[in-house]
Amino acid sequence: MTDWPILSTVTFLPLVGALLILFIKDDNELARRNVRNVALLTTVFTFIVSLWVWINFDASDPGFQMVERSEWIGGSITYHMGVDGISMLFVILTTFLMPLCILASFESVKVRVKDYMIAFLVLETLVIGVFCALDLVLFYIFFEGGLIPMFLIIGVWGGKRRIYASYKFFLYTFLGSVLMLIAIMAMYWNAGTTSIPDLLQHKFPAEMQTWLWLAFFASFAVKMPMWPVHTWLPDAHVEAPTAGSVILAGILLKLGGYGFLRFSLPMFPLASADFAPFVFTLSVVAIIYTSLVALMQEDIKKLIAYSSVAHMGFVTMGIFAANEQGVQGAIFQMLSHGLVSGALFLCVGVVYDRMHTREISAYGGLVNRMPHYAVVMLIFTMANVGLPGTSGFVGEFLTLLGVFQVNSWVAIFATTGVILSAGYALWLYRRVIFGALEKESLRSILDLSGREKLLLYPLVALVIFFGVYPMPVFDVTAASVESLVNSYTAALDAAASGSVAALH
Amino acid sequence: MYTIIVLLPLAGFLIAGLFGKSIGAKACEYTLSGFMVVAAILSWIAFISFGFGEGETLRVPLLQWMQSGTLDVAWSLRIDRLTLVMLVVVNTVSSLVHVYSIGYMHHDPHRARFFAYLSLFTFAMLMLVTSNNLVQMFFGWEGVGLASYLLIGFWYKKPSANAAAMKAFVVNRVGDFGFALGIFGVFALFGSVNLDTIFAGAADVAGSLGGAGHDAAAAGAEAASHGAAAATGDVVMNFAGYALTMGSALTVVCLLLFMGAMGKSAQIGLHTWLPDAMEGPTPVSALIHAATMVTAGVFMLARMSPLFELSSTALTFVTFIGATTAFFAATIGLVQNDIKRVIAYSTCSQLGYMFVALGVGAYGPAIFHLFTHAFFKALLFLGAGSVIHAVSDEQDMRRMGGLRKHIPKTYWMMVIGTLALTGFPFTAGYYSKDAIIEAAFVGHNSFALYGWGMTVIAAALTSFYSWRLIFLTFHGKPRASADVMHHIHESPWVMLVPLFVLAAGALFAGILFEGAFIGEGYGEFWHAALFTGSDNHVLHDMHEISFWIAFLPTLCMVVGFVTAYFFYIARPSLAKQTADRNRGLYQFLLNKWYFDELYDFLFVQPAQRVGRFLWRTGDGKVIDGFGPDGVSARVMDVTGRVVKLQSGYLYHYAFAMLIGVAALVTWMMLGGAS
Repeated sequence: MTDWPILSTVTFLPLVGALLILFIKDDNELARRNVRNVALLTTVFTFIVSLWVWINFDASDPGFQMVERSEWIGGSITYHMGVDGISMLFVILTTFLMPLCILASFESVKVRVKDYMIAFLVLETLVIGVFCALDLVLFYIFFEGGLIPMFLIIGVWGGKRRIYASYKFFLYTFLGSVLMLIAIMAMYWNAGTTSIPDLLQHKFPAEMQTWLWLAFFASFAVKMPMWPVHTWLPDAHVEAPTAGSVILAGILLKLGGYGFLRFSLPMFPLASADFAPFVFTLSVVAIIYTSLVALMQEDIKKLIAYSSVAHMGFVTMGIFAANEQGVQGAIFQMLSHGLVSGALFLCVGVVYDRMHTREISAYGGLVNRMPHYAVVMLIFTMANVGLPGTSGFVGEFLTLLGVFQVNSWVAIFATTGVILSAGYALWLYRRVIFGALEKESLRSILDLSGREKLLLYPLVALVIFFGVYPMPVFDVTAASVESLVNSYTAALDAAASGSVAALH
Repeated sequence: MYTIIVLLPLAGFLIAGLFGKSIGAKACEYTLSGFMVVAAILSWIAFISFGFGEGETLRVPLLQWMQSGTLDVAWSLRIDRLTLVMLVVVNTVSSLVHVYSIGYMHHDPHRARFFAYLSLFTFAMLMLVTSNNLVQMFFGWEGVGLASYLLIGFWYKKPSANAAAMKAFVVNRVGDFGFALGIFGVFALFGSVNLDTIFAGAADVAGSLGGAGHDAAAAGAEAASHGAAAATGDVVMNFAGYALTMGSALTVVCLLLFMGAMGKSAQIGLHTWLPDAMEGPTPVSALIHAATMVTAGVFMLARMSPLFELSSTALTFVTFIGATTAFFAATIGLVQNDIKRVIAYSTCSQLGYMFVALGVGAYGPAIFHLFTHAFFKALLFLGAGSVIHAVSDEQDMRRMGGLRKHIPKTYWMMVIGTLALTGFPFTAGYYSKDAIIEAAFVGHNSFALYGWGMTVIAAALTSFYSWRLIFLTFHGKPRASADVMHHIHESPWVMLVPLFVLAAGALFAGILFEGAFIGEGYGEFWHAALFTGSDNHVLHDMHEISFWIAFLPTLCMVVGFVTAYFFYIARPSLAKQTADRNRGLYQFLLNKWYFDELYDFLFVQPAQRVGRFLWRTGDGKVIDGFGPDGVSARVMDVTGRVVKLQSGYLYHYAFAMLIGVAALVTWMMLGGAS
């Protein structure tokens, strides 16, 4: 199977589905149903094929696997794909969440169904491409291209202030991507190649690392999002349709973290070490600041969006702790957050579809009419606050453990997030779920439908499974993370011994 | 067998949780109670048979949990005598509470859910006490917190119950904050979170300190941590800007762990959730907030005794907090009118006793008191539940009175519980509580004498408020409405039998186990499950104190009883007069030293204000104002409103990106050619 281009298959399968949909005329209910079914089948099939990648993955090999490489443009830019322990699981996460998103949109999206499904399938191709690309230019195309369908999803199928939200999203990401483009040019100029595996071996001069690091940081920090460039996220989430929020929180937010792991840390180790305190500061501010802000939200989606920013703070903190616990914790936190925040947005979608409001004060006492929903929501809320036994705990614990060894102040401040998250999450749960059912409008609200159970129960199972037995993730990531951390410390040591005089 | 003991409650939880609807509430009740009784019997078998073997610590691996770098955490069980004591306590009380709840909750529509929560709690508690590493302990620690949250908020229609549930979880999280940092610190010091490695490392440290005693900070000998020898003067950890040597690092770690214990065990400062937790159904209060979960902090300190023995500073602090709590909670208990809140403050106070014992290095007496306290406090709570059940869910003692004739069995059970709590000679409390007071008297740290004084005063207060409770509830004239008095009834047997069992424990647990827990059988019984430093002679010294010191607690008990009798039986008007004469003090106590108001002022309100400020001003005005909104205003000025916005910006973006890529590719091809 080694010569079969499995990664390209997974990447472009959704595009094939999108082409099929293009031929269906979207003019009656039957056609719309066909569109939905084709989209669902495509994504499910992609997921199954992508599992093949996981099965064939050799966990003991820290390098890139299933590599495909062919000439592309002008000799120096190649079509180069491959996965390692860091990127592989993000591919799986993407292909897993996509069918859920399609299924979640079955009933809530009623206008321009065809365009909607095409947007999602194109998005899937582009996002998988980001995680598989081993060429800088290819990466850049996927990375920035992925935002176009996202703009569309927010801007066309979004809520009342969708234009403002997509504009804000655009403005932030645009600035970052311009800087990244310049940095990519500079890297090519210095190293003479755009191949990522080659660049990983290349040693950039210390001076240059600083500038390159900053340019990449501008782009990745926006995507994460890190404080203070996070304000696009709550607006984007609030306006996006449910499935859009799921993808945004579940996958697009991981692009930034993945970028830090793929580029910043291994390619610019000296700059990363220099800037680590800066990142720590931003992370800690993000955790405390956004948790406090989340405490005061009146909109369910905004609250979850702010809590996402806080959780991403743990990720950036773990990555720049640059030890195995920190980095593996960060990867785990990203995967777990993909499941948990995705699930939480699905949960919001469930009640939004019924009541068409996201105001917390419009709800209350849902447990009386929706016991299943209350249980599911409780499990995800607990995963969100990092209760041990759910996947949320593992990532939080490891990142904190990792960063404690580097800088205990950061760990102390970040751990207060544990208290604050319990505060805002339980406050939300109490206001929405608990209490007596007093509001007239909620009297006839229905519990989860079969379709919604099909969406949420697998997520419940996974969240608990990975909380109790996260080893599958650790097994896959261990080798790559170890080599990443080792080469990082080796680079720092080399630089230190190279300038002993300067240091002492 | 140990695996079965631990997993039976989990199985019960899953059965009731997943199939509760389909098999019906009755089936759930009996299945889960049956499971718990089996688990309890197995625990007793294990407890008794353990001593016959070598008494070696058993380790039962279950499943790998986390592995990252040098961190290696597995799900596993650690069985030694300390675990077995806890297994017996948890499973006995839990099974009795399960059985009792069949009667107590019989008219509740959500019984299946209630039993599921009870079993979930028991499972989490068992994971806590059997854990062989700190992270699994943390799992159990937070797991019991979750179960406690769910059970306090069981009657979710009551806003007060929801508020109390949330408060319990969040305040506990404050403690968990410390616990988590403590775990990180332990990992930094010993390179592992597994108890065996930690204890071995601690033993190395202690050994290298030699005769210098357990004051590691003062000693200058070599200290070894996980193989790598580090001089005691060397910096082994940086914490909060301080470079710490081994001794002070251990103190910091111990204090952080103790912070977790303070949250879980409701010690002063982090106690505010416990009285509010009485919003939950009464069986919950008996199981979680009296016998088991709140003692988790005591258990944790005893478990980590090899670490705590190395830091006299931390132990001194533990003594101080414990003693203060014992006194402070007892004073509040004097004036509360809610029958359950009186018992809740009593629990708080008794936990303070246990910490005093831990603080002076008397781990045996602490666990002994934990053991006996579980019986008589669960008895008091279940008895209170029986009272509440009888008087149509009334909890205010001012509307009770004269119930003795109507519910005599409950009355006598409550009296037995009170006798044991106040330390009436030869009841369980007499042995364990007096042992703590004696240990405090002979303790060496600088707060030991303070601990002794506080616990002696608290003993008198305990006796007063306990008898006040009995007198107000059962004696005097009935103050309930005629309607309530008409419906009054003794509880069914399914509720009374658990009371009898607990009463037997409250009467005889002391006399039966004193020798093993704290007496001559100490070493053989504990098999090194509790660690005491080489110069820790508290257990020896406490048997050699003078008669009058030993008699003092009993005297205090009598004083408390007589005063209560005088106030509430002989001259019932006296209580009100005294309260009127000392209005300020009375209000201060009635309002629980104003802790809730203080915290609301210090933490809750500022957090809300800051949150709102950061949101409206920080995000809204500053970041957005100078960022996207400001830029947008400028852009709007320039481009006008020609372009349809949503598609317009999209095309702009796509166009910009295309140009960028094109420029890049062109430039590269040129560059590649040249």
